[in-house]
Amino acid sequence: MSAVVDTHGHDGHGHDAHGGGYHGAGGIMRWVTTTNHKDIGTLYLWFSFIMFMTGGAMAMAIRLELFSPGIQFFNPDLFNQFTTMHGLIMLFGAIMPAFVGFANWQIPIMIGAPDMAFARLNNWSFWLLPFAATLLVMSFFTPGGAPGVGWTLYAPLTVQMGMGMDLTIFAVHLLGMSSILGSINIITTILNMRAPGMTMMRLPLFVWTWLITAYLLVAAMPVLAGAVTMTLTDRHFGTSFFNAAGGGDPVLYQHIFWFFGHPEVYIIALPAFGVVSQVLPAFSRKPLFGYASMVYATSAIAILSFIVWAHHMYTVGMPVQGQLFFMYATTLIAIPTGVKVFNWVATMWKGSLTFETPMLFAIGFLFLFTLGGFTGLMLSLVPIDIQLHDTYYVVAHFHYVMVAGALFAAFAGVYFWFPKWTGKMYDETLGQWHFWLTMIFFNMIFFVQHFLGLAGMPRRIPDYPLIFETWNKISSIGAFGFGLTQLLFLYIILKAIRSGEKAPQKPWEGADSLEWTHLPTPVPYHSFETPPVLK
Amino acid sequence: MEHGASTTTRQAHYHVPQPMPWPIMGSFSLFCMALGSVILFNGASAGWTGIALGFMVLLYMMFRWFGDVIRESEGGKYGRWEDLSFRWGMSWFIFSEVMFFAGFFGALFWARVMSVPDLASLEHNTYLWPNFTSHWPSAGPGFEEKFSPMGAWGLPALNTVLLLSSGVTITLAHWGLIANQRGKLLFWQGMTILLGVLFLICQAVEYAHAYSDLNLKLTTGAYGTTFFMLTGFHGFHVTCGAIMLTVIWFRCLSGHFKPEHHFAFEGVAWYWHFVDVVWLGLFIFVYWL
Amino acid sequence: MKSSKPARSIATWSLAILGIAYSGLALALALEWNLQPAGSKLAADIHWLHEAVMVLCTAIFVGVFGFMFWACYAHRKSKGHKAAQFHENTTVEILWTVIPAVILVGIAWPTTRVLVEQKDTSNPDITIKVTGYQWKWGYDYVKGEGEGISFISTLSTPRDQIEGKAPKGEHYLVEVDNELVVPMGKKIRILTTAADVIHSWWMPAFGAKQDAVPGFIRDLWFRPEKTGTFRSQCVELCGKEHGFMPIVVKVVSQEEYGKWVGAQMKMIAASADDPNKFFALDELKKRGEQVYAKNCVVCHQATGKGTPPAFPPLDGSKMVLGPKDAQIVAVLNGVMKNGAPTAMAAFGKQLNDVEMAAVITFTRNNWGNKVGGADGLVQPGEVKVLRDKK
Ligand code: HEA
Ligand code: HEA
Ligand code: HEC
Ligand code: CUA
Ligand SMILES: [Cu+2]
Repeated sequence: MSAVVDTHGHDGHGHDAHGGGYHGAGGIMRWVTTTNHKDIGTLYLWFSFIMFMTGGAMAMAIRLELFSPGIQFFNPDLFNQFTTMHGLIMLFGAIMPAFVGFANWQIPIMIGAPDMAFARLNNWSFWLLPFAATLLVMSFFTPGGAPGVGWTLYAPLTVQMGMGMDLTIFAVHLLGMSSILGSINIITTILNMRAPGMTMMRLPLFVWTWLITAYLLVAAMPVLAGAVTMTLTDRHFGTSFFNAAGGGDPVLYQHIFWFFGHPEVYIIALPAFGVVSQVLPAFSRKPLFGYASMVYATSAIAILSFIVWAHHMYTVGMPVQGQLFFMYATTLIAIPTGVKVFNWVATMWKGSLTFETPMLFAIGFLFLFTLGGFTGLMLSLVPIDIQLHDTYYVVAHFHYVMVAGALFAAFAGVYFWFPKWTGKMYDETLGQWHFWLTMIFFNMIFFVQHFLGLAGMPRRIPDYPLIFETWNKISSIGAFGFGLTQLLFLYIILKAIRSGEKAPQKPWEGADSLEWTHLPTPVPYHSFETPPVLK
Repeated sequence: MEHGASTTTRQAHYHVPQPMPWPIMGSFSLFCMALGSVILFNGASAGWTGIALGFMVLLYMMFRWFGDVIRESEGGKYGRWEDLSFRWGMSWFIFSEVMFFAGFFGALFWARVMSVPDLASLEHNTYLWPNFTSHWPSAGPGFEEKFSPMGAWGLPALNTVLLLSSGVTITLAHWGLIANQRGKLLFWQGMTILLGVLFLICQAVEYAHAYSDLNLKLTTGAYGTTFFMLTGFHGFHVTCGAIMLTVIWFRCLSGHFKPEHHFAFEGVAWYWHFVDVVWLGLFIFVYWL
Repeated sequence: MKSSKPARSIATWSLAILGIAYSGLALALALEWNLQPAGSKLAADIHWLHEAVMVLCTAIFVGVFGFMFWACYAHRKSKGHKAAQFHENTTVEILWTVIPAVILVGIAWPTTRVLVEQKDTSNPDITIKVTGYQWKWGYDYVKGEGEGISFISTLSTPRDQIEGKAPKGEHYLVEVDNELVVPMGKKIRILTTAADVIHSWWMPAFGAKQDAVPGFIRDLWFRPEKTGTFRSQCVELCGKEHGFMPIVVKVVSQEEYGKWVGAQMKMIAASADDPNKFFALDELKKRGEQVYAKNCVVCHQATGKGTPPAFPPLDGSKMVLGPKDAQIVAVLNGVMKNGAPTAMAAFGKQLNDVEMAAVITFTRNNWGNKVGGADGLVQPGEVKVLRDKK
């Protein structure tokens, strides 16, 4: 749902009179010093792709080791390190920066703003990331290696780790700082930089989901910073936050971590919801169904997400009242999420549908994310979770919501906006291959992991009893296929940048937000120096 | 707040600043400090080099970055529209700080309400920690030395008075600024800084007292841990606040700010009030109850 | 749209491949793919709950995506479908908020019942304390028949099988030297705790899982209704060998249980080490080698070289070659660094004085270490003195 817009503003508001191009330093210094939201968005997206490859390479290592029972390639220590870094890098390095990249590119041009509210701070938010990533990856090369404790960094195992743990802690500090600064910027931009007439209830849904995500980030990231700081002082300065002998409690760490960690999973999911809410109406040629209820549902998810954290801790030994509270609260999230799913389906209903790559990924998202949501609901029921906690069922659940959810949505977004960003079209046939191969291999990796979990295979193990062999083999083959398919994605992007066809201003018939209706393709370097006029 | 700055109050152009190298310099400095700390914590004093280098780069970067911002501000680049952005930005930043402290308060409440009583329960007495009884302050069942808790009504009460009055003095300074009375502004702003510094001195004395007389240390179980981490982080924030106040004082001295345009001053004042409120929480839950 | 042609052929191909893949899977369904057979009523209840909720979710899923795929089929532009422009309908919005809420209440009801039952650990027949160590389980029968029995349960799969130098046995990775033995039909309460980091004790056949948190006691219960051997693994990441600390429970008839307890009691009486005895060097070394193999090799390795820097070598270690008291204290109480415990846990609770003396003597006189003399030989009495000091 975007604003109704007066259409005689098309040919670029005379930006071209300003030259439209870039006037700062040249070469690499352009990227280092830039204050332009599009440059910074591009940086975020490339960074995220590099981290996706890095985290993916570790996933390949994990699947390689799990191809057969026995220790083949990596010793158990290294395996744990891969698992830990795979999780951290995928979440903090790949998915989150990808969506911040979208936010940077899209929010100003969707709300008719000249740039982000704090353009310099924006540069800093990005340039903290490569340094944080360096610290993370560096930890592999320190004595003792990277921490092998899982991305959740549970105490007191963290206290036993070597200096790689400290590098990881500081990396998390920097990543958190980046997220907090970035989010403050996004919130301020959305609240203060809208073009006249762009009221809150006319914001494209992508912008809404980001507003709420940014709020989650500002509230949750400092708590994570606190948790890892406590870990640091327990490690080096003899504090007793997580040490029973001193009156502390290892479970305290988990409460603090998951107070951050559960909102974190919606930080991953909400921007994905936003992208899908732009793509589905565009290819259904029909306005988003239930715009207002989408906004309310998203807010409800955000609020609920702060009172359900202990569903990750059903087995730590909470009193039954606590378990019941967290169980009821968690199941409630199914209601607003359901509203969103129903609204999306209703958007497609009686539309005029076409199935270009962005639409395919959006439908793939809808189908598989919902499946992952249902396994989440199963896990939220305490007696069932007591059987399934820390098994591959959980691994299957969260890859359904994060890979088929967030990652698919990110692919949808890239294909959707790529023409706008670069002025070039990608190769539609290859794009469709990318989708179908991704879809098949994804299910091959993760659907069978439900069976593994049910049958009792614990997560985070480098070796397993023989009964689990067949499913693991299938899963691993799927993983290699999935990995290779992502090389195809890289090829599609590079090919399109180099030799893609020229894209029209509005390549998608049904797209109707500001960036399509008001800006030429590709978007000029400075877009809305004077605000667009909206009716 | 439907429209941010409404159409009538905002100018046509928003100030989008020029490219500059300070942010990446800031990242680099943090990277050096992080690396230095890791090396230091793992037993090599060479880590200090990294920390010192990082800190110097950080200072330089702040001088230059803030210098640019101040120049732009005094050069009239910021109108009401930008001003509103700053207000939103500062508010959300303070909110993030509140959440940071919330984590540590959470740890305090957890130890007091959950873990210590739990460790003293019948089952725990039978199988793990014989004779441990629940009380607060407690350093946990494995802690054998004797220590005394920090009382509330000596220095800490004085500190409460100091900080609360500094909240008043900064408001007086603000009134001075609005009324364009520079003398009043400088005097009360100076008083605020003085009170802040006094607070820090008292806290240092209190820490020394804790270590030498009470045998209360960072390593004194859950009590020592929460006591020093909470008051320590607060003290760190007071230090930052005092430095910010000082910078603003010098800016006031050199004639910056106008009665109707002085967000830098207000932002620091907000921060100072936030630090104040956190202290109240500390005084009640760490010292008093 | 010009893309619809490749779209259709790719889609057809892909669906065909998917179909083949999944019919292959269907054939493989003889494999383990569902929850393990229940060995207790509680587990059966949980399985029922799981099945019921899964069927319900599947039904909703099929319903919702029935609509979506119908739209994909019938409302295609290529079929000439024109887009409707409706985008709001308060009635359906209310319906699809309220109906899920009602369904959730329906699910919550039986779930709460099972949960309350699951948490009721009162009035057990036998209470067993389970301690997680890196990386083995300690079992102490603390109440009920068998009280006083205490043993450590470690992975018994040989290293060769893990490293692929020998064919893997049937119970690869889920076999132990000492199984936990319990009688059928009795309410067993397990107290979990840990010595170093968090572990988690799980027995899927009984629907029982509980983290073992260092310094805290937590509990769970089960009442086995079938005899037999039930297998599982530690399910909380606890460091390097997390994948190698299995849990095996042997459920026997009441009668057999009585016999087992009797035999255990006799063994305890017979093998009680006499801490006041003086041992010869060779005697201690031999005993020490066994203790070392069982407790220390995972970290310090059979070669004594460790895997530095995570696990330091004992071969040539300053402490091992130095005065013996320091080493006795280190192994008894564990090694602390900056006031925090390291992976070198306190072995005082796991090893008695004789075992302690033996293993320390062994490390001092093995590999390249040749301490000899008074510092080379540790007698149980010396351990006892240092143990009591603490
Ligand atoms: C994008 C990320 C994402 C999202 C969106 C979710 C969504 C949900 N998750 Fe998930 N989760 C993770 C990421 C995510 N999760 C991760 C990373 C972990 C593991 C962390 C770790 O340990 O490493 C995890 C683990 C996890 C656990 C802990 C498991 C364990 O360790 O034992 C639980 C338990 O309650 C849970 C529940 C849920 C629920 C109820 C939802 C709900 O939001 C889902 C709601 C959606 C639906 C239910 C489907 C659509 C609804 C309808 C069509 C309406 C009709 C439906 C009904 C009436 C039922 N998740
Ligand atoms: C959004 C986040 C995200 C994403 C995208 C992924 C993507 C993948 N994950 Fe994910 N995973 C997590 C988040 C994510 N994961 C988290 C949080 C955990 C928990 C960690 C913990 O327990 O602490 C986890 C844990 C986890 C496990 C469990 C490990 C364990 O318990 O020990 C496994 C095992 O199969 C796995 C597999 C995969 C695979 C195969 C992919 C694939 O989708 C990846 C595909 C991508 C590529 C492969 C990269 C691109 C291609 C190349 C680099 C070319 C080279 C390719 C070849 C040579 C084939 N992951
Ligand atoms: C869980 C892994 C683990 C096990 C099992 C283990 N150790 Fe250790 N050990 C360590 C670690 C880690 C250190 C180093 C601690 C430190 O200083 O950081 C260590 C240190 C030591 C030291 C001190 C060495 C020195 O030079 O400072 C001795 C002696 C020792 N262990 C003996 C033993 C004995 C005897 C056993 C068996 C009864 C054993 N260890 C079992 C992990 C282990
Ligand atoms: Cu013990 Cu995992
Ligand atoms: Cu969660």
